[in-house]
Amino acid sequence: MSDPVLLSVEGVAVDLPTPRGNLRAVDQVDLRIGAGRTLGVVGESGCGKTMLSRAILQLLPRKARLSGRVMFDGQDLVRLEPEQLRKLRGRSIAVVFQDPMTSLNPVLTIGTQLIETLQEHLELGALAAKKRSAELLAAVGIPAPEQRLMQYPHQLSGGMRQRVAIAIALSCEPKLLIADEPTTALDVTVQAQILDLLAREQRRRHMAMILITHDLGVVAGRTDEVAVMYAGRVVERAPTPELFKRMRMPYTEALLAAIPKIDAAPHTPLPAISGRPPDPTRPIQGCSFSPRCRYAASRCFREKPLLADADRLDHQYACFHPIQVAAGICA
Amino acid sequence: MPGFVAQRLLYLVPVLLAVSLLTFLIASLLPGDLAYVILGDQATPDKVAALRHDMGLDQPIWWRYLSWLGNVLQGDFGRSFRTGQTVLQAVMERLPVSLELMLLAQLGALAIGIPLAIACAVRSGSAFDRFMTGSAFSMLSVPAFLSAILLIYLFAVELRWLPATGYVPFSEDPVGNLRCFLLPALTLALGEWPVLMRVLRSDMIATLQEDYIAMARAKGLKPSRILLVHALKPSSLTLVTVTGINIGRLIGGTVIVESIFALPGIGRLLLGAIFTRDLIILQGVVLFVACGYVLMNFVVDMLYAVLDPRIRHGHA
Repeated sequence: MSDPVLLSVEGVAVDLPTPRGNLRAVDQVDLRIGAGRTLGVVGESGCGKTMLSRAILQLLPRKARLSGRVMFDGQDLVRLEPEQLRKLRGRSIAVVFQDPMTSLNPVLTIGTQLIETLQEHLELGALAAKKRSAELLAAVGIPAPEQRLMQYPHQLSGGMRQRVAIAIALSCEPKLLIADEPTTALDVTVQAQILDLLAREQRRRHMAMILITHDLGVVAGRTDEVAVMYAGRVVERAPTPELFKRMRMPYTEALLAAIPKIDAAPHTPLPAISGRPPDPTRPIQGCSFSPRCRYAASRCFREKPLLADADRLDHQYACFHPIQVAAGICA
Repeated sequence: MPGFVAQRLLYLVPVLLAVSLLTFLIASLLPGDLAYVILGDQATPDKVAALRHDMGLDQPIWWRYLSWLGNVLQGDFGRSFRTGQTVLQAVMERLPVSLELMLLAQLGALAIGIPLAIACAVRSGSAFDRFMTGSAFSMLSVPAFLSAILLIYLFAVELRWLPATGYVPFSEDPVGNLRCFLLPALTLALGEWPVLMRVLRSDMIATLQEDYIAMARAKGLKPSRILLVHALKPSSLTLVTVTGINIGRLIGGTVIVESIFALPGIGRLLLGAIFTRDLIILQGVVLFVACGYVLMNFVVDMLYAVLDPRIRHGHA
C-alpha cells in the first residue's frame, strides 16, 4: 500500500442487545484503506457489512455497543465529541445508502437536501450553494439540473434518486466515500451506470471508497482490495486481482460459484451455498462457516481460525484448509 | 394544485347539503310545535292554526326544507322570535369570543405538546419519556370543569393574578381582554396537549427510524435541523388532523368552559337557545357549527398537501 493510511479499523466489534440475547453483528474486524484507494467489502445479507459501515460513521442504533478503534486521519472516531464528529460527517466522510427510495427525505426538495449539506460544511451563500448544487447534479449525469433542484424525490426514478444521493455525498469533496450496496435496490440496467459513475468520480476526486456489496462481480475490476465478510468477521482479504486468481477461503469460492454464469447451459442449477449463516446470537465454537463448508474437518468444528498472513503478505485468510494449499500449512 | 383544490371543494357540496338536511331535521323533529312555543299554552287552536299557516308549518316537510335552504343560501338564516335578532347577527356577535378562545387554546396546546413530543421521541423509552407519557395520560382523564375550578382557585383566588370570570372586549382593553381569556384557554389547552403530544410522539418515533434521518445524520446536519426540518414535517400529518378536529370543534364554542368563565361565546348562545326553546337560533347555530367543522376538515386536507408533496402530486 503506497498511499498513507486514511482509515484504519482496529479490532472493531459491535454488539446489539436483543430479546434473544446479545447479537454480535461485527466481530473483531481489522481493515485499512489508503487515501484514494478502493476497498470492496463482500458478504451475504446479515454478515455485518452494513453494521460495519455504520460503525465507521458512528451511526449505530442507540442500544448498540461498539468496541475497538476507528482511526480516520489520525483521530479515533469512537472517542470523538459529537460536535467534532458531526463536522466530519458529510464533509470528510460521506455515505451513499442502499435504497434511494427511502434515503431521501420525501417532503423536502432535491435542492434543499443538497444545499443544506453544502451550507452546513462550506461557507457558501445561498446563490453560490444553489449554483454548485446544479453543477453537482450535472456532474452525476442528471439532465436539466436547475429544474430538478425544485422537484421532490418521488418525481424522480430510482436511478436518478441514487444519482442525487451520490451528488449529495460528493458535494463537500469527502476524503472517504462509503457506498453501502448502492445498486442493490436498482434495476439491473441502471446498476452498471451507477457503479461506473461512482468509479469515475472516485478516480477524478482521488477519494477513498469503501464499496459494500453482496456481489463479488461488483467488486471485480472496480476495487483495489477486497475483504470478504462472513458472520461478522473478515474471513479473507487480498488485492482484488490476487483474490480472483488465488482465492483461499472456501466461503469466497462458494460466493463466486453462486453468481450465475452467462455462458452456462440453460437450466444449469445454480450452486447456491446450502444452509444459512449462523445465528449471531449463538456463537459457534469453531469456524463459523464450518457447518456449510464442504472442506470442513474435525478441527474446523473445534477451533476458530484467525485471519492471518499466509505465503503472501497482502493476502490474509481465516481457514485451516485453504483451497489450493496443502492442508494444515497456514493458521 | 389548483385541480386538487377544485376537486376537494366539489366534495364539499354534497357534505354541506347533508349537513343542512340533518340540521333541519333535528330542529323539525324535536317534540313540541313551534307555534305553541311562541304563543304559549294558553293559545286558542285558531290562533295556533293561523300562526302555523303564517310560518309555513302546515306545508309538507320537504317543502319547508327547500324554502329554508333557499333562504339560507341567500344569507337569511331566520330571526329569533324572542329577541328579534337575526341568527347571523347573534352568531357574528359571539363568534369573535369563541374564535379568540379557540385560537389561544390551540396555541397553548401546541406550545406544550410539540416540544414535549419531540423531547420524548428523541429519548423514547427513557425515564423522562415514560414519565411524560404517563403524565399526559393522567392529564387526559382530568375533565375540563375540574381543571377550570383548580385553575380558578390557584390563579384567581390564591394568587389573585387573573380574573375568575368576565369578559372585556378587545377594542376596549386589549390587556384586560387577554387576561380574561388566559384561564379558559389554559383550561382547554390542558385537555388537549396530551392528545397532540401522544400522536406526534409516536409518529416522530417512527420517522426517526427512517433511512432519510440516518442520511441526514450522515450528512453532518445539526441535531436541531434534523429534528425540526427532517423529522417534524413528515411526522406532523396526524398532529394536523387532530388540531384541525379540535379547531372545528371549538369554532362552535365550548358550552362548559364558556359557562364557567362567563364568556359570551357561541357555546353560551347555543345553551341559551336550548333553554328558551328558541328553535330558529338553535337551528342556525347548529348549521353554522357543523359547516365550520366541515370547512375546517377541508383546510386540514389542504394542509396535508402543503406538508407532503406526494399528496399534492397525487402519488399517495
